[in-house]
Amino acid sequence: MSSAELTTNVAEASTPRRMQDIPSPSPQSGRRWSTAAIGISAWVIGFVFIVPILYMLLTSLHPPAKAQTYPPSWTAPLTLDNYRALFDSSNSISPSLINSAICSIVSTLLVLALAIPAAYALSIRRVPKWSDAMFFFLSTRMLPPVAGILPIYLFTNKVIHLPDNIFVLIVLYTSMNLPIAVWMMRSFLAEVPTAIIEAAQIDGASTFTILTRIVGPIAIPGVAATSLICFIFAWNEQLFAKVLTSVVAQTGPVYVGTLIQTEHAYLAQLSAGAVLISVPVLVAGFAAQDKLVQGLSLGAVK
Amino acid sequence: MNTSVAEEETRASGPGFDSAPVPHVSKWGRESWSRRAPLLPALVLLILVTQLPFVATLVMSFMSWSAQPDAPPKSFAGVDNYKQVFTTSSYRKAVFTSVEMTVTIVVVSAALGLIIALLLNHKFPGRGVVRTMMIAPFLIVPIAAAVFWGNGVLQTGFGLVDGLLGNLGVDNAQNISFITDHPKLSIELELIWQWTPFMMLILLAGLQSRDPEVMEAATIDGAGGWQTFRYITMPHVRRYLELSIVLGTIFIVQNFDSILGMTGGLNSTNIPYAVYEVFYSAKDYGVASALGVVVVIGSIIVATFGLRVVSSLLSEEEAR
Repeated sequence: MSSAELTTNVAEASTPRRMQDIPSPSPQSGRRWSTAAIGISAWVIGFVFIVPILYMLLTSLHPPAKAQTYPPSWTAPLTLDNYRALFDSSNSISPSLINSAICSIVSTLLVLALAIPAAYALSIRRVPKWSDAMFFFLSTRMLPPVAGILPIYLFTNKVIHLPDNIFVLIVLYTSMNLPIAVWMMRSFLAEVPTAIIEAAQIDGASTFTILTRIVGPIAIPGVAATSLICFIFAWNEQLFAKVLTSVVAQTGPVYVGTLIQTEHAYLAQLSAGAVLISVPVLVAGFAAQDKLVQGLSLGAVK
Repeated sequence: MNTSVAEEETRASGPGFDSAPVPHVSKWGRESWSRRAPLLPALVLLILVTQLPFVATLVMSFMSWSAQPDAPPKSFAGVDNYKQVFTTSSYRKAVFTSVEMTVTIVVVSAALGLIIALLLNHKFPGRGVVRTMMIAPFLIVPIAAAVFWGNGVLQTGFGLVDGLLGNLGVDNAQNISFITDHPKLSIELELIWQWTPFMMLILLAGLQSRDPEVMEAATIDGAGGWQTFRYITMPHVRRYLELSIVLGTIFIVQNFDSILGMTGGLNSTNIPYAVYEVFYSAKDYGVASALGVVVVIGSIIVATFGLRVVSSLLSEEEAR
């Protein structure tokens, strides 16, 4: 499949569905006022929620000394120096961003390789007791990661001797996202109309043809959304990365934590780091926007 | 027994590639294995990476095992670690903190999420922009959000909130210290900010799946705004509310990043953070494991309830 095809499919997936509005009966005098009140309240609340992000962005663009003053220096000159410093310093952010990218992308690919066949066996060609299998997957996600972290730490450090290694993170992130991906992919595959598959079988289509010509095109927006959500969760992960890595395999989130240094003006650079590591998540999240709800609700909400 | 298995097989083969009735293959026959095969790699990985470590944690929780250099060698300890977990006040406090913070955050963000979803369900100029603004907090990396809330928003003196209060003319606003004076509240505020968008998204999807004809009929029959909300919207949205609460709880109870990034555990240690500290700093593997087992038991209680909600959604699909 070409990347152009994928782009169109993602674009299709993110086209907002038409929102159903409460039907408005004959115009009443109060209606315009209530619409105005609703609009204004929504804007105010939306603004309150976005302010910390705008302030983070503003702080990241201020010179370090101007970024932490009382009261805030709203109109200080803007500069990209903090971002430059993140890449220039001897302790550059780039290796950790590369580690994060490798962990997130490779684990997402592995998740897809494992979740798609599993979802297929849970939707189109169902195994007996498929719902038990579904709940087993879900229950592993409900198990808090801290419950297994100690044996995992001892195993990687004392048994296989791979401390500070991104390979370990990749395996952990794969298993962390697998249950979510199975649930999501199943809900997307369940949308494939079985009547079409039956018709194709009667016409003598091979399983391969059915998969590539019928199941594939319907499932691809779902695959895209699933990958984006798995990417986000892997990219965000902090606990395993903090405990299992130190220098070589340090990921972006762990690096940002090291930017807190109270002996000098650190807030501007900390903000720049926080903005920088959030950009991929914002991009992935808005790309998956339309399927985000279906994904986050494990396919329960269409 | 045999018939039920056979029935199961036939039903499971339902509409799909093998709509022809399954010939008499035994339960372990080729047919059922070819069905199961695609499922196995995922199951095996999950058992190895999630179930096995937990079994190890369970075993270690009954051992006296410290990694401190001068510690005695590891040995069997019976239930000593559990006794320590339930009698040491800091661990008991961690349990309460976990419950208190999870409940506060889930309830407040679900309520706020519902209000915002109701607002966004109406048409007004710039609705798409407001929706985007509302989703953004959920798409900030959790540790980035936590460190910025701790150091940029709620920081004593040069934080945004103190600065705004100062601009509004509040005396001594630069001395208000949220993080040290109200560590739990600070974390709760930050997580409510991050999780309200999640609740809002699920609830808005729920509101938009209401049958427009029913809504229209209600309006024609003269149902007022409150009546429509109470008798039509709420019963419909209830399932979505339950779902958002269950999913939110699963994620929020595991919260670690906010505590690490904002307070470093100061008067706000929850169980995941306590496990981390006992294992990472104190290196008491036995107690850390016992705490881990306690978290799992708590999670099972939440999960049992959660699975019931999700299963009702799944059985509806099966019935279709």
